[in-house]
Amino acid sequence: MSSDATPTETTDAPSVAPRRHGPPWDVLSVVAAGGALGAVSRYGLSLLWPHPPGSFPGATLLINVVGCLLMGALMCLLTEFVTTHRLVRPFLGVGVLGGFTTLSAHVLDTMHLAAAGRLGLAVTYVSATVFGALLAVLLGALGTRLLLRRAAGTR
Amino acid sequence: MTVLLVAVGGAAGACLRYLADRSVRGRFGSSFPWGTLTVNAAGSLILGVLTGVALPGVPMPVLHPLLGTGLCGALTTYSTFGYETVRLFVDGARLRSVANAVATVCAGLGCGVLGFLGAAALGGG
Repeated sequence: MSSDATPTETTDAPSVAPRRHGPPWDVLSVVAAGGALGAVSRYGLSLLWPHPPGSFPGATLLINVVGCLLMGALMCLLTEFVTTHRLVRPFLGVGVLGGFTTLSAHVLDTMHLAAAGRLGLAVTYVSATVFGALLAVLLGALGTRLLLRRAAGTR
Repeated sequence: MTVLLVAVGGAAGACLRYLADRSVRGRFGSSFPWGTLTVNAAGSLILGVLTGVALPGVPMPVLHPLLGTGLCGALTTYSTFGYETVRLFVDGARLRSVANAVATVCAGLGCGVLGFLGAAALGGG
């Protein structure tokens, strides 16, 4: 019986009782819309910065690192600073950023590099993506926290 | 037209990822991000198969944007993987964090190669 329960339609504790009913259609709708938006943005960037199979996939690297930076910022914002509508996180996090970033294209790029005999570049690409992405999540979160705390302090 | 195919595939991929993650989480809990690992491996396998099938140089103007760029691209994710890995590390579960990073890279590449070789062998045989 917490007094600070959010005034939404779901007042029963969803984390305690296992949800046995069907899929939440409102969440699925915003995840679908976000996923379409994210995938089309990724496709657009790949047209702006094309890379033939076997060349360095700069666009995919940029997409994954930028998507991770934004994910770090978003999750910091949503878990530490603001209370938003419950569909914001599924739309932006699961949908837009989840659909924008991709592992499968990264895997395919790596296979193309390896097939072209550029094994060193393939290893560099995989390492740059993994470390770049993880660092970007951290920087996105820490940067957001720093900026918002500073803004709150000087208000 | 191509943009529409990417959008439809992307919407379906993101929904499948959400449902799969939800179902895996319900079964195995949230102490390790099995859901994201599963969709990332599955999406890489499907894209490998698609690429293996397309190997002889047959243009696939509908299938590739819809299933490759759209569906597989959105079914798999790097941002959620990145967030969950950093989250595990920051929360002190360093071994699980490193294990998740290594498993994702290995499963993604392994499934991609496996799908590609399997499809090429069956289709090109």
